[in-house]
Amino acid sequence: MVFILREYLLGNVAIAKGILEAGAGVVSGYPGTPSSEIVDFLAPLAKEHGIHVEWSVNEKVAMEVAIGASWTGTRSVVTMKHVGLNVAADPFMTLAYLGVGGGMVVISADDPYCHSSQNEQDSRRYAHFARVPCLDPADPQEARDMILRAFALSEEFGVPVMVRPTTRVSHARSDVEVGSPGKRKENPSFEKNPPKRVALPVHARPLHVELLDKQAGIEAALAKEVWNKAEMRGKIGVIASGIAGLYAEEAIAELEADVSLLRIGTYPMPREMIGDFLERVERVLVIEELDPVVEEFAEMVAKERNPKVEILGKRSGHVPSVGELDPLTVRNAIAEMIGLPKKTAPEMSPEVLSILPPRPPTLCPGCSHRATYYAMKKAFGKDAIYPNDIGCYTMGVGMGTVDTCLCMGASITVGAGIRFGGEEKGICAVLGDSTFLHSGLTGLLNAAYNDARMTVTILDNSITAMTGHQPHPGTGCTACGETSPSLSLEDICRSLGVGFVETADPYDLESMIETFERARDHPGLSVVLAKQACVISAIRSGVRRPKFKVDEDKCGGCKKCVRFGCPAIEFDGEVAKINALCSGCGVCAQICPQKAIEVVK
Amino acid sequence: MRTSECDVVVVGVGGQGVILISEIIGRAAMLAGLSVRGVETHGMAQRGGSVINHIRVGCNYSAMISPGSADVLIAMEPAEALRYAHYLSSEGVALVNTKPVLPVTVTTGQASYPPMEEILAPIRNACSEVRAMDATGLATKAGSPQATNVVMLGALSKHLPIEEATLMEALSETVPAKFLEINRKAFELGKIEVE
Repeated sequence: MVFILREYLLGNVAIAKGILEAGAGVVSGYPGTPSSEIVDFLAPLAKEHGIHVEWSVNEKVAMEVAIGASWTGTRSVVTMKHVGLNVAADPFMTLAYLGVGGGMVVISADDPYCHSSQNEQDSRRYAHFARVPCLDPADPQEARDMILRAFALSEEFGVPVMVRPTTRVSHARSDVEVGSPGKRKENPSFEKNPPKRVALPVHARPLHVELLDKQAGIEAALAKEVWNKAEMRGKIGVIASGIAGLYAEEAIAELEADVSLLRIGTYPMPREMIGDFLERVERVLVIEELDPVVEEFAEMVAKERNPKVEILGKRSGHVPSVGELDPLTVRNAIAEMIGLPKKTAPEMSPEVLSILPPRPPTLCPGCSHRATYYAMKKAFGKDAIYPNDIGCYTMGVGMGTVDTCLCMGASITVGAGIRFGGEEKGICAVLGDSTFLHSGLTGLLNAAYNDARMTVTILDNSITAMTGHQPHPGTGCTACGETSPSLSLEDICRSLGVGFVETADPYDLESMIETFERARDHPGLSVVLAKQACVISAIRSGVRRPKFKVDEDKCGGCKKCVRFGCPAIEFDGEVAKINALCSGCGVCAQICPQKAIEVVK
Repeated sequence: MRTSECDVVVVGVGGQGVILISEIIGRAAMLAGLSVRGVETHGMAQRGGSVINHIRVGCNYSAMISPGSADVLIAMEPAEALRYAHYLSSEGVALVNTKPVLPVTVTTGQASYPPMEEILAPIRNACSEVRAMDATGLATKAGSPQATNVVMLGALSKHLPIEEATLMEALSETVPAKFLEINRKAFELGKIEVE
């Protein structure tokens, strides 16, 4: 008996509940906005439901753990953000050949507009690339429903299935119907079957044929899904996929227009359905987030079914090719196509908006990264090269110590390349501890092996902070809160071949600067570990440091502390002041040349 | 044709409890048997950055509210009210907390914080009514400045197609029991403020 409950759920929580309902036995992932809340939600429930939930060290590792689990017959899930799939692409591509045992779902959350990402890549391209089905939810309810369907589909065709929410699905909330948790498969076991599990050329060639042969069946199975639906209302049509389908539905209702609508939610796309739709319209607008995947397919189908149909979309400039869609953009694109006036939002004039102070995301009050950057700049100077990485610390870009940011772990490797390319200035690469364990280890090994003369700074706050404080192997516990083996980053660096490894506390500015100076003067590769707990985790775990204040009689108004950039320090026109945000790190007191900043007694 | 009964945009600064307002409204809408959609800011923008949540009560489409169509704008911070005022419909109402949170660009002297009247005047031109209030002061009076968001919720209550008793039920399900009394008081003070 399945009980259906109606709850107000975050998209990612709806996905997590779907995973429980499906009876998955293993869930792995690496944190990344907008995907992180899936594992965050499941980890505390793992014990109760008898499932294995883990934060893996990176997405490739997470994918392979999920694959192994699936090969025992257990249903498994791996979660990541879109760029994480680049890291996991190696196992993903070949998994499509080898196939799954128990149903396996790959959740890759896309981030149109790069709300918290370094690019706007479209995971649907990867699904197509790997010849793996992809389900594209429009809202939290569809996301939960698609998870259940994805498992069944995966088992029916023996392939992994991708579910691809976007930021506005993962971080949307709505009333969602969910069922009770399912049971995981009993008596799982790995059955030896080399032709299906060993990707030797002799096995891969026939497996490639098999994968291609599965495609027609997958397409036929998906064509019947409720997420693909046509409503005919006239000779002008819209084809829209995923969340754009909801935007289009709303726009057509609001415009009260006779526009036919075909919503697409599955890939491979329903070729017959799209062909039928194209035959019945004269002009069609294709609307979708990110790449023109549906649009290109529609153009191809139109050649066979209705070459005369006019297809508008991203390629014609009617729908933007960059950023994220919103209901107004979609409404206006449809209005323009049918000759109705566009609606202009009541924009504020630039003069009015120019009075607003910018409010960029910043490092927290008392964040040790700020102190590390300050010390680093003192030691290496403003002309040194600072290759950076992915994490909270990229927000230090205003301090002049973030010169590059490419992808996870690239600070070390790009830094080494800059040295080998011929740059003679000092090079100090920076990455966080979670990022180092994710994909910095191999880069550091390579730098040591190939003798890159540079310094690598690991900002060790013992947590994956940016994405919401998930633990990693350096934290000392697992996603589910179990104690894990203690890890010495110093020992790891030494064993990779680094000759100079020292740890310092960024809150002790003088010793931090001296450590950087020694690292700078070391003739080869050096590593500095800037070790201090993330200020948010510290406060959450009950650490209370005495706050600081400015002695206004001593303050000379030089603004040195103000320029340090801590949100807890303000300037009132004459003297500096410390506000209620102060977390008591005490770094500003060490910067002040007048010794005017002191502990509140 | 209207596609939602009530569209509310909630803005503020990361850490001001914007998500809690959405959560209470969402629960209340469910209790009232209405469909509800919302969308939140997570991730990078939360680190002291500006945040915006959309909540649509009685809506079956996406969670996103279009610029120019919000019935109510709730701003936990005045500068953020102006930053997102273009979401308001010309018939809409803006509820603005007048207590500024200075961004780091101001505290470090790279930018200045505008006078309150310069912030509020253009918002008045954009909608039918602006209710500016010292919600943080009212929350402090109720027992804790942390309850500023619930003061704003109280001020919003008459604009929602949801009974007050239902909102209170959702409130008591959402906030910790030991802070319930402070939050009840905060809700009441917010409601009275706009009466």
